[in-house]
Amino acid sequence: MMIWGYLLKLVSKNMWRHRLRTMLTMLGIMVAIISFGLLRTVVDSWYAGAEATSSAGRLITRNAISLSFPLPLTYAEKYGSCRAWTQGLGATGLATSTSTKRISLRNCGVCQLLFHRLRRVRPGTGTAQGLPARPWRLHHRAQAGRKYGFRIGDQIPLRGTIYPGTWTFTVRGIYDAKSGSVDTSQMFMHWNYLNERVRKIMPGRADSVGVYVVNIKHPGEAAKMSALVDSTFRNSLAETRTETQKAFQLSFVAMVDTILMAIEAVAYVVIIIMAVMANTMAMTARERTSEYATLKALGFPDRFVMLLILGESMAISLVGGLLGIIATFPIANSFYLATGKIFAVFAVTPKTVWLQVGSAVVVGMVAALTPAWHSTRINITDGLRAVA
Amino acid sequence: MVISFNYIARNLIVRKMTTLLTAGGMALVVFVFATVLMMADGLRETLGGTGSYNNVMVIRKSAQTEVQSSIERQQASIISSLPEIATDQLGNAMASAEPVVLISLSKRSSGQLGNVVVRGVSANGLWLRPQVKIIRGRMFRPGSTEIVVGRSVARGFNGAQTGDTLRFGQQTWTVVGIYDAGRSGFDSEVWGDAEQMMQVFRRPAFSSMLFRLRDPSSFDAVRTRLEADQRLNVEVKRETKFYADQSEQMATFISVLGQAISFIFSLGAIIGAMITMYASVANRTGEIGTLRALGFTRASVMTAFLLESILLGVVGGAMGLIAASFMQYVQITTTNFQTFAELAFTMHLNLPIVIEVMLFSVFMGLVGGFLPAAQAARLEIVEALRAA
Repeated sequence: MMIWGYLLKLVSKNMWRHRLRTMLTMLGIMVAIISFGLLRTVVDSWYAGAEATSSAGRLITRNAISLSFPLPLTYAEKYGSCRAWTQGLGATGLATSTSTKRISLRNCGVCQLLFHRLRRVRPGTGTAQGLPARPWRLHHRAQAGRKYGFRIGDQIPLRGTIYPGTWTFTVRGIYDAKSGSVDTSQMFMHWNYLNERVRKIMPGRADSVGVYVVNIKHPGEAAKMSALVDSTFRNSLAETRTETQKAFQLSFVAMVDTILMAIEAVAYVVIIIMAVMANTMAMTARERTSEYATLKALGFPDRFVMLLILGESMAISLVGGLLGIIATFPIANSFYLATGKIFAVFAVTPKTVWLQVGSAVVVGMVAALTPAWHSTRINITDGLRAVA
Repeated sequence: MVISFNYIARNLIVRKMTTLLTAGGMALVVFVFATVLMMADGLRETLGGTGSYNNVMVIRKSAQTEVQSSIERQQASIISSLPEIATDQLGNAMASAEPVVLISLSKRSSGQLGNVVVRGVSANGLWLRPQVKIIRGRMFRPGSTEIVVGRSVARGFNGAQTGDTLRFGQQTWTVVGIYDAGRSGFDSEVWGDAEQMMQVFRRPAFSSMLFRLRDPSSFDAVRTRLEADQRLNVEVKRETKFYADQSEQMATFISVLGQAISFIFSLGAIIGAMITMYASVANRTGEIGTLRALGFTRASVMTAFLLESILLGVVGGAMGLIAASFMQYVQITTTNFQTFAELAFTMHLNLPIVIEVMLFSVFMGLVGGFLPAAQAARLEIVEALRAA
């Protein structure tokens, strides 16, 4: 038992002999652990956003050719004849940009039965009760609202990129999300406002929607229902592709999966950067060759010297790692705020934390490996003579 | 008096392992940094190299991409009657009005869907893009349901080999050839007969219009005239600029993200260099004392250590660049946010990147070595000699 006490004492004394070096090493490990955690969180959030914003019993139908092709409005009636649907809504995107500078108010979504969606959305200031017949929209305080300084009653002229012309909207309300996972960077308006004008300027594209969103009674039947919808419209002018909301959202994530993969790969590069820290340990051990020889001459076993090296290495990397993990949370949060909340969800997952702990342990072990092995091969007489 | 460079370099060689590990850490940072720069550059080059300077692209005002744009037949004939447009021997204007749509095809690697640009071209369209060469099979026959696919599409998507058939728009299309467009954006497209495409997709209008100028310098006059024409409501750009602009958002995104990551990583590498250099100073206190006693000034001691650290950075930078140069063999496919279509591109290492990367690694060495070098310069001769 006594020997463990010596070991701990020696480890803590050794650790602080080169105070600056130890501090720098810890700092280095901290940086590596923080960037690893941050990069992993970015990748995680990309996927988590798609999952958090989808609900299980919801299907999305789009044109089979690609998302840029519309679906006829008449399909809504066919949906109506299927008993299984509880409700449905059609949405069209009107990508826009303001006349002054290009802003990405993508998906200025247009919904006929929008209100069902709003159950997950808390009305902010202004009236969000009922669905008025006049051009009406809501948008978010935290994002579009705060970012562009919109207030209720403001007139916003936007220039359409999908539908030409300048579209003027009046802000009638501002919505906020009940939970963090609802996309609050959208504007909603009445679908008729868009359709009536499109009918005038480009009649061929009127009475069509981009996607149908359908709630089904039994989420377990999603695959069956998807197949049913697609077979209903097979060989029609606009064949459909139906998938769950989650699959639909993930298909957007998949578009940039090369970049996500790159980020994830880079995250692991961080671990290799910690090799630099391993170098510190090797250097320290080399400098102490004569001390280790002395210990051995006094009769301490090889194992004791090895544990001494391992202990110091682990202590440094664990303290650095722990500090890094603690720092990850505030840094991730400020990163989230700085990126203008483009992520629906941005949270450091427990898995990321475990991986961080894991990498700190691995670094501690790997760093001690070579020096520990060397220490067993120290010849006492040579070791005593050695000068660092 | 200046300390010989030989002495500086040998100090690094003597501590092989430490030098290698520290430089290795720097090399990884440099590798990430260089790869990101190469990626952004490759993207710009691919889209910037799409099209030729003498060609002019016309799209609907504020449509931003060809897919979102529409040009009516009547408008197309107004544009093609411009006197500035080059003509062939028979006096026909070298102008091509083209329908451009997106279709979803399944990727070979993951089976997931990716958006691919389908372009309807005419004989003029082919003449306007002389860089496009058939490398397998043959060109499609006008008026038939035959298509040719770009090299990158053939490589990345299912059912895009010669002899395969693709089904979209209620029509079965036979792939009769694969073309190479000299690593430009056209490599990621599918081409077919313009009129056939219009029929199948039931589009009354073209998407964009491309024409060759008789005199390249008349561009400004042509643009002013077309953009002022009330019947048209169009935006006019040189073809090269049009495609280059489409790479901007994505390229900026990649470089901002990459530079942020490189910056965080470089902190780790700088700390690594600092630890190594501090150790180097500590190990050679006696040598420093000797040098000073021989008459070398504080300034030259400081310069020597700074040079050593910079040399460390240069070694790391060179290692990183060599590793990054292998990335030139990797082809990357991702969705361009701006066009929503899949785009394949390769990375390319060029001189400006090499210079930027080397400056970056020198900078890391300099910052990492500054404090240790200052410490070395501050040592008092007597104490330093006693420490030996």
